[in-house]
Amino acid sequence: MADNSVPGSEGPGRAARIGFGLFWIYVILYFGFIALVLFRPDILSSRPFGGVNLAIASGLGLIAAALLLSVVYMVACRMVESPGGNRR
Amino acid sequence: MLYESSPVAIAIFASFVLAVVGLSFWLGRKGQSAKGYYAAHGEIHWFINGIAFAGDYLSAASFLGICGMIAFHGFDGFLYSIGFLAGWIVALFVIAEPIKSLGKFTFADALDAKYNSRGIKLSVAISTLVVSIFYLIPQMVGAGDLIVPLLGLPHAVGVILVGIAVTLIVVTAGMVSTTWVQFIKGSLLVFFCGVLTSMILARGLTVNTGSLEPQTRSVTPDGRVLVDGEPQTRDHDLRPVGTLAALPARYGDATTTGPLGPLEYLSVLEDSRIVTWSGKKSSDASGTHTVYTPTERAGTDLLKPGGYFKGLTTGKLADKLDFASLMLALFCGTASLPHILIRYYTVKDAAAARKSTVVGIAAIGAFYVLTLFLGLGAMTSGALDPTSTNMAAPLLAKSFSETLFAVISAIAFTTVLGTVSGLIMAGSGAVAHDLVENVLGIPMNDAEKVRCGKIAAVGLGIVAMALGILFRSFNVSFLVGWAFNIAASANLPALVMLLFWPRTTKEGIISAVTVGMVASLTWILLSADTFEKVYGLSRDASPVPFSQPGLVTIPLGFIVLIVVSLLTKAQPQGKPA
Repeated sequence: MADNSVPGSEGPGRAARIGFGLFWIYVILYFGFIALVLFRPDILSSRPFGGVNLAIASGLGLIAAALLLSVVYMVACRMVESPGGNRR
Repeated sequence: MLYESSPVAIAIFASFVLAVVGLSFWLGRKGQSAKGYYAAHGEIHWFINGIAFAGDYLSAASFLGICGMIAFHGFDGFLYSIGFLAGWIVALFVIAEPIKSLGKFTFADALDAKYNSRGIKLSVAISTLVVSIFYLIPQMVGAGDLIVPLLGLPHAVGVILVGIAVTLIVVTAGMVSTTWVQFIKGSLLVFFCGVLTSMILARGLTVNTGSLEPQTRSVTPDGRVLVDGEPQTRDHDLRPVGTLAALPARYGDATTTGPLGPLEYLSVLEDSRIVTWSGKKSSDASGTHTVYTPTERAGTDLLKPGGYFKGLTTGKLADKLDFASLMLALFCGTASLPHILIRYYTVKDAAAARKSTVVGIAAIGAFYVLTLFLGLGAMTSGALDPTSTNMAAPLLAKSFSETLFAVISAIAFTTVLGTVSGLIMAGSGAVAHDLVENVLGIPMNDAEKVRCGKIAAVGLGIVAMALGILFRSFNVSFLVGWAFNIAASANLPALVMLLFWPRTTKEGIISAVTVGMVASLTWILLSADTFEKVYGLSRDASPVPFSQPGLVTIPLGFIVLIVVSLLTKAQPQGKPA
């Protein structure tokens, strides 16, 4: 992957690459869900877990995944940044 | 339906407005620098900024619009929640840190950091103003719509009241007071939606068939409103709707479930039968008539996609593309909204920008999960107004208590205050900092920059009030969709390519912003939705195949930027540092 550090900044290239990787994971999840809504709504109506259907489970899952990935990103960035830097 | 104005709602709203305006004056009591006015000195704590993101972002469309859509159409309203939240992933992983590193006061600063071009500043300032004004209109219209039933005041009074309060908030202490208003609003909104959801779960689900007789609302040519042929009064009004017809078979003869857990609530609702209402409009010599009729439906039907986006079930390609385009615009739009982007300048560094986005995602994500329960709770509350989807959340609160109704109504107003103050702040920066100082090249010292920003804020406040009154009959969520599409088409290609493609030229950026903005705006003005809802023409007369432009105009922005950058690559470019 090309270096995507920001012009004009000292750009933490590794942090940006981690962010980019997590971004693509979410893109796959989100647009995978949209594809199911568009082309296989029958799958979303099924209730594989017995209780709520897959439409609601995956919607709640996407919200949870956004939070989970953002926390992973924050922790990963803290690990690649120099110790003591950027802590408030 | 006719509503009684609630003195408690007026008192709570008035005390909130007075408190935040008072706070703004207190925060603005000291002399201000330009950095203080436009970027809160870059000293806002990341947690406060994160909640302020939620206060900035969760507009009336999120709170009232999504709850209403879920209450009347089921799962499809939740698709908006999913799309609105997903946009924050783009903001966090792609945009947050670079925009913080590149910019100073406005979005144009960031795009222009490498080039120092008046053309970029001009095109981006115009796109900021266009997006902010498109976003402002529905907020102001929403404020007016709310004030009519809740406080018993005319529509225009609501618009003017919000306009004056917001202008005072922005003018007194700029981004500092705007941030605190958004923080307070974001906290209140998430907290009280949590309280309301707990009450919904504690109440559980109860069978309440109510009357299933159709109801008719007519408006005569002389403006009188009739209900079932008789003049509308408090004693002779439309009946509230939205009921549960039957619980799942496992409950036997029981008519109520008692308290339920969150997943249990969804599961029971899915196995229940629910009565929803829809209206059909017709006109004749005696006036326009809307007949509201009930339909008993299985919970499984309401909790799957296709209740609102009919194209998902008809199989028509254009309808499917329309839906895909909307979801793409929601995904790309958030990170392109100028009033969201300027919030990155209020924190001290890139790490704080990142942390505040994570807090924002947590607060906004929690809110959107709550909207699902609020919408479904309203759907079966027996309290819905068949004529207004926007009133679902306040009326759900009313089904618990008048005080909660007053609190939720007051919060709905504060929702408008928080978002509008952010929009006026973004517009004020675009006019004063980008247009007057950088494009027109009028030199200003620090105090003059602040004064110019405040004059711009007052001007924008007046424009917002005028537009709120002028566009009062427009559909609120419809206009928010426009703003997302224009923001994503005009701003995102330039922003992403600037960050990730070293061969991007200033001509490429100017062309992408201009073409993206003009193309998406033109597409919207030619769409079937606009033909039908704005011009009152037939949908078939529209020359564009589907209404949401993002699917075409976002890629168009990227293509234009790449082609123009390649054609103008002779321009000397320094390698990115």
